[in-house]
Amino acid sequence: MDDMVASNDACSAHLLTFADGTRRQVYVTSVETPYPRGKLIVSRTDTRGIITQCNPSFVDMSGYPAAELIGQPHCILRHPDMPAAAFRDLWDTVQSGRQWNGYVKNLRKDGGHYWVYATVVPNVRDGMIVGYTSVRREPSRDKVAAAEALYREMR
Amino acid sequence: MAFNFTVSPSFPNERISDWYIFNTWMQRSLDLPIHLELHNDFGAQRQAIAAGKVDMIYANPFDASLLVREQGFRAIARPEGKPDEMVIVVAADSPTQAVPDLAAGSRIACADDPCVNTIGRILLEPANLDGTNTTELRRETYIQVAKALLRGDADLGFMPVEAFESLSSLVRRDLRVLVASQIQVIHHAFLIGPILFEHATAITGLLLSMHQSDKGQAMLTALGAQRWQALEQEDVEFMIDIISTLTT
Repeated sequence: MDDMVASNDACSAHLLTFADGTRRQVYVTSVETPYPRGKLIVSRTDTRGIITQCNPSFVDMSGYPAAELIGQPHCILRHPDMPAAAFRDLWDTVQSGRQWNGYVKNLRKDGGHYWVYATVVPNVRDGMIVGYTSVRREPSRDKVAAAEALYREMR
Repeated sequence: MAFNFTVSPSFPNERISDWYIFNTWMQRSLDLPIHLELHNDFGAQRQAIAAGKVDMIYANPFDASLLVREQGFRAIARPEGKPDEMVIVVAADSPTQAVPDLAAGSRIACADDPCVNTIGRILLEPANLDGTNTTELRRETYIQVAKALLRGDADLGFMPVEAFESLSSLVRRDLRVLVASQIQVIHHAFLIGPILFEHATAITGLLLSMHQSDKGQAMLTALGAQRWQALEQEDVEFMIDIISTLTT
């Protein structure tokens, strides 16, 4: 995955290390994009977490054009404020065939972020997991505040 | 013995006769005996499904999921360009301007459509509202849901977009859409049960070519659609995966 390009002088630089050992330089601002009312953000990945499909809301909120998302690992949205343990739990849960829910702070292409309540389910076909579907919806601000405090402690 | 056809009971009442016309056309075109049974509510429809009295159905996304995963039905077509969406509505003079303004104790007017109600509940999550801190007022029809809002019996109402748009302009003038869902990826589907699989090719072909004749086009328009679009099994599986994230 390519490193991000710093969008302005006010952003801070972070080097992310993913579970597979790969690294990505990201640049983060404090700007939050409000979750769009009424929308669900939907995407699918293969079993390795590579994005294969996404709906227009996913594209809009990520800040990337669709062509830059398809074929990329889902962790293109990983924000440095998210503890690695949350994603380890996500992967352990869905790889064992179960559904995962959690509050996630996602990174936009412009370095800003947006909060979601995410649900991820394994796509089981003929008894085999062939990929994963993720649906995100608008969280309440109380839940976001609680998640922020928890993730701060976990980091 | 006739095959049993039904339609998820979320369509506007004005379309009842159009579904009978559609069924007559389908019987004649396929040369198959098909009996249309329209159930008054989702409970009656679920009972008919459980009793094996449904062989063919135009189903909402939730019923479609249930029928494919649990009853072995096959989805063969969907109306083109018509994802299922719903609205949360308040009285036009309500002080509520956005979902987070809603408080615990809110009274929700709704019908018994599990699809609409589930999505409505999800859209209330930003206000920390759920079944434990709201009251649900069940109504038989969406006109009655609108009346509950206008009389002040309810603070908000759940409706399919189609039902809201079919309200008279006078009623709509006194209501306001607080939020409209934009899920974009779930939709009604036309399904057949295992007993009809041997006729799947003929039924699919008939539906997919329906818009090509003037009569077929007129029937589609009356039912609120433009044309049928083929549905692959994976399209349905994807929709089921999405619905499973909303219901569990």
